[in-house]
Amino acid sequence: MERLSETDSLFFHRSDALQTLIRTEKLSKIYPNGTFANKSVDFSVLEGEIHGLVGENGAGKTTLMKMLYGEEQPSAGRILIDEKPVSLASEFAAIKAGIGMVHQHFMLVPSLTAAENLVLGKEPKRARTRTFDVEAAARITEELSARYNLPVIARARVADLSVSMRQKLEILKALYRGARILILDEPTAVLTPQETEELFVELKALKQQGKTIIFISHKLKEIFQLCDRVTVMRDGRLIASHRVADVDIHQISNEMVGREVRFEITRPSMAPGERVLDVRGLAFVDDFAIPKLKNVSFSLRKNEILGVVGVDGNGQSELVEIITGTQKALAGTVRVHGVDITNRPPSVIRRSGIAHIAEDRMTVGTALPASIEQNLLADRYWSRQFSTKGGFLKRREMSAYSGTLVREYDIRCNSAHQPVASLSGGNMQKVVIAREFTANASILIIAQPTRGVDIGAIEYIHSKIMEMRSAGKAILLVSSDLQEVMGLSDSLVVMHQGEIVAYFPDASRVTDKELGLYMLGLKRQSEDEIRKVLHE
Amino acid sequence: MNSIRRFFVDRESLAPALVTLFAAVFSLLAGIVLIFIVSKQPLQSVQNFLLAPFLRSYNFYYLLIVMVPITFTGLALCVVYQLRYMSLIVDASLYVGAVVATAIGTQISLPAGIHPAVAMLAAGLVGGLIGLLPAILKIRWRANELVSSLMLNYVFYFLGSFIILYYLRDRSQTILSSLPFKRTFLLPRLVPNTQLHVGFLIAAAFVALVTIFLYRTRWGYEIRITGANPRFAMYAGIPVTTVVLYAHFISGFLGGVGGAVEMSGLYRAFIWQMDPSYAWDGVIVAMLARRNPKFVPVSALFLAYLRVGADFMSRRGDVAFEFITLLQGLIILILASDRIVNYFKERRLRKQVLKSQGESR
Repeated sequence: MERLSETDSLFFHRSDALQTLIRTEKLSKIYPNGTFANKSVDFSVLEGEIHGLVGENGAGKTTLMKMLYGEEQPSAGRILIDEKPVSLASEFAAIKAGIGMVHQHFMLVPSLTAAENLVLGKEPKRARTRTFDVEAAARITEELSARYNLPVIARARVADLSVSMRQKLEILKALYRGARILILDEPTAVLTPQETEELFVELKALKQQGKTIIFISHKLKEIFQLCDRVTVMRDGRLIASHRVADVDIHQISNEMVGREVRFEITRPSMAPGERVLDVRGLAFVDDFAIPKLKNVSFSLRKNEILGVVGVDGNGQSELVEIITGTQKALAGTVRVHGVDITNRPPSVIRRSGIAHIAEDRMTVGTALPASIEQNLLADRYWSRQFSTKGGFLKRREMSAYSGTLVREYDIRCNSAHQPVASLSGGNMQKVVIAREFTANASILIIAQPTRGVDIGAIEYIHSKIMEMRSAGKAILLVSSDLQEVMGLSDSLVVMHQGEIVAYFPDASRVTDKELGLYMLGLKRQSEDEIRKVLHE
Repeated sequence: MNSIRRFFVDRESLAPALVTLFAAVFSLLAGIVLIFIVSKQPLQSVQNFLLAPFLRSYNFYYLLIVMVPITFTGLALCVVYQLRYMSLIVDASLYVGAVVATAIGTQISLPAGIHPAVAMLAAGLVGGLIGLLPAILKIRWRANELVSSLMLNYVFYFLGSFIILYYLRDRSQTILSSLPFKRTFLLPRLVPNTQLHVGFLIAAAFVALVTIFLYRTRWGYEIRITGANPRFAMYAGIPVTTVVLYAHFISGFLGGVGGAVEMSGLYRAFIWQMDPSYAWDGVIVAMLARRNPKFVPVSALFLAYLRVGADFMSRRGDVAFEFITLLQGLIILILASDRIVNYFKERRLRKQVLKSQGESR
C-alpha cells in the first residue's frame, strides 16, 4: 500500500511552509449495516490549500467528510485540529471548530429568502425588541457576498434562485458561521461548464483570503484545474496523497481504480435503422401547476443512442417517467412500433418492449431490503420460465438464472440472496442494468446510468450500453454528466424549461461550451432544425 | 443441524432473532420479578405461572386451545405486515366470521364434516371482503389504514352483535347466547375428554399454506416485493393495487376462518359477550414471528403459555390476571425499538474494526 511517507510530509512542511490544519489518526468507521466505510485513515489537510479528495463511489470519501463534519461518529481513531484532538459529536461542534460543509443536496429552506437562510439559527436581533432584524440579515448577506465575491440576491426567495446561486449561498452560510475549513461535496455535479468555471474562480479567491477547502469530486480534470494537493481513497482506505503538480491524471485514476483505466469509449460507426419510438407533443404540469414539459416531440431509431442534455430539472425526469409509465401525460402520445402506449401502466409498457434504467436506483430502481435475486427477477417472475401454470415459483430456475446474471454482469456480492442494500452504489447499479439489459426490450430508456457509480463500473456500464446499441436497440440516454452523454450518444437534443431547444444529428460535431449556451437558454435553434429529430 | 439453524436464522436476521429471544426472556424475567413484588406467596405464584401447563393436564390442553385463534390472527397480520401495511381489520373479520358461522351452524342443515367446512369458507369470504375495506379506503382516499381499520372494527362488532341479538338469539336463555349449533356443525375432538378440537390441526394446515403462499408462489413474491418498495414494484410492472387488495382479502379470509373454527370447535352456541380482540394478540404473534408465518406457531405458543400461566396463577393466588398486559407491553416495546437491534450490531462491528486495525498494523 502506498502511503504518504514521513519524508514526503516533511518535505511539504518545509517547501510550502504550511501548517497542518486538520488531520485524522487511524480513523475507522463501520456502519450498523456492516459496511466498513473507512479503514484506519490518516488524512491531513494543510492550512490555506485546496485539497482534492477523489475516489470511486463507496471509497469512503463522504463517510470521512461526515465524520469531520460531526454527522457520523468514528468507530475508532481520532481527529485533530491544529494538532489538538477534538470531539466532533455533532454538526454544532464541527461548526464551532470552524468546519463548514456544503452538501450535495442543499440544506436550504426554499420558502425563505437568501438572507433568512444565511442567518438561520444565528439571527441578528434588533437591539431594543430582541426580535429578528430582517434588514440586518439582508445587509450581512450583501456584505459577505461582496467580501467573498460570491454573488447572491439577498432578498430573493431561495426557491427563485438558480442552482449555482443556491450553492454560493451555502458557501456563504458556512462562512457566516465562521468556517475556516470548507468541505464541498461534489459541488460541480449540478453545474453547467460555465458555472463550474465561475465557481473555480471564486474558490481560488477564497483560498487567497486564507480559507482551507476540501473539494470532493470524481471528475479528475477538475482536481487538476483547481487543487493544490489531492488525496486518493479506495475501498475505505487512504491510498495516497500527492501535490497535484507532481502527478498526472493517469496515475491518480489508476490509484482510484487499482488498475489501468481506459478513458476512450470505443464506438463502431453504425447507420441508424427504422423508427421504433415516436413521442409527439408531450405536455406535463406538476403538482404545483408548473409546466414541466411543453410540446416535446422526437423519434428514436434502431442502433441509435439519442442523448438528452440539460441542466437537471428541465423536464428530463418527467419525460422519462411518462414514457415508462410511472407518470401520466397531460397531452401528447407515445408510440412503440406504432402502438399507442400513452399513460398505460408500466406492466403494459414493459411488455411492449421498453426497458428502463431509473435515475434513482435507491428509491425506484431497486427494492433495497429485497435480495439481489428478487430484484433481478422483478419484471419477469411471472413468465413460464420462473413460474408454473399454478403460480408456484420455480426456485431452482430462479437461483440458477440470477447466479448467471450475477456472474455475467460482475455484481460483486457474497450470494444472490443478500439484500441489495448491502451492495455498493456501482454494484447496485449493475443489478439494475443486468435486469433491464436482459429484459428483451427493443427500446432502452436510460437515465443517469453512472450517477454516483465508481470509475471501474462506469467503464463497464458504458461498454454495455455500446453493446446494446450494436445489438440493435434504440436508446434514449438522459444524463447530467455532459462528458458521458457527448461520448456515448450518436445525436443529441437539449432540453430547457420543458422544451427541446436544439437537435444535433451528429454528437461529435458539437462542443460542451456550445451545449452550455442552449442549456442555459441563451440560444435556441429554429423550429425547422428541431423538427429534424422527428425523422419524418 | 446446519439446515435447522438456517431454518431459524439466516445471517442477515441474526440480530433481530436475538432481539426477539431477548424480548421473550426479558419479559418472562420481568414477570417473575413483578410477582415477587406484589405477591404474598411469590414462590407458589411463580411456580403456578411458569409450570401451569405441566401441573394440570387441563392447563396443557387449554394452552393448545388458546393457540388456535391467535395463530389465525397472527398469520393474517403476517400477510399485511409483509406488505408494510398496518391494518387491524382482522379483528372485525374474525368477529363477523364467527357470526356468519353461527348463522350457518344454526340455520342450515348439512352433513357432518361438510357443515363446518361450508361455514369456514363462507366466514372466510365475508372476512376477506371486510379485510378489503381499509385497503380500498387507503388506495382511493389515502385514508390511514390503521385508523380506518380500528374504526371499522367497532362498526362490524356492533353489526355482528345486532345480527346475533335480533336474528339468531336463543330467547329461552337469560344470558346472551345464540341458538344452539346443530350437531353436524361441531368439530370432532382431537383428544377424547378434552376440549382440544380438530381446529388445532386446521390452524397448523393454514400455517403451512400461508408460508407456501408467501414464499413459494408468484403472488407471495409480489406481496414481498411490493412491501419492500412499492415504487420499485410499480416501476417493475407489478400490479401494485391488485396486490394490496388480494393481500388484504387473504388476511381477512384468515380472520374469518379463525372465527368459524372457534365457533365450531370450542362452543355449542355463540356466547361472546364482547369482542375477544384477537387481533391485538395477532399483533404480538406476528411481531414475535418477525412477519414470517413459519414462526407463528412458536410465537403463538409462547403467548398462550404466558396467558395460561397468568390465568392459572391468578385463580390460585393473589396476582391479578391483568399483569399479563404488562408483559405484553414490554415485549412490544422491545421488539419495536430498532435501537436495540443496532446496539447488538454495533457492538459486534466495533470488535471487527479493532481486530482488523490490529491486523493492519
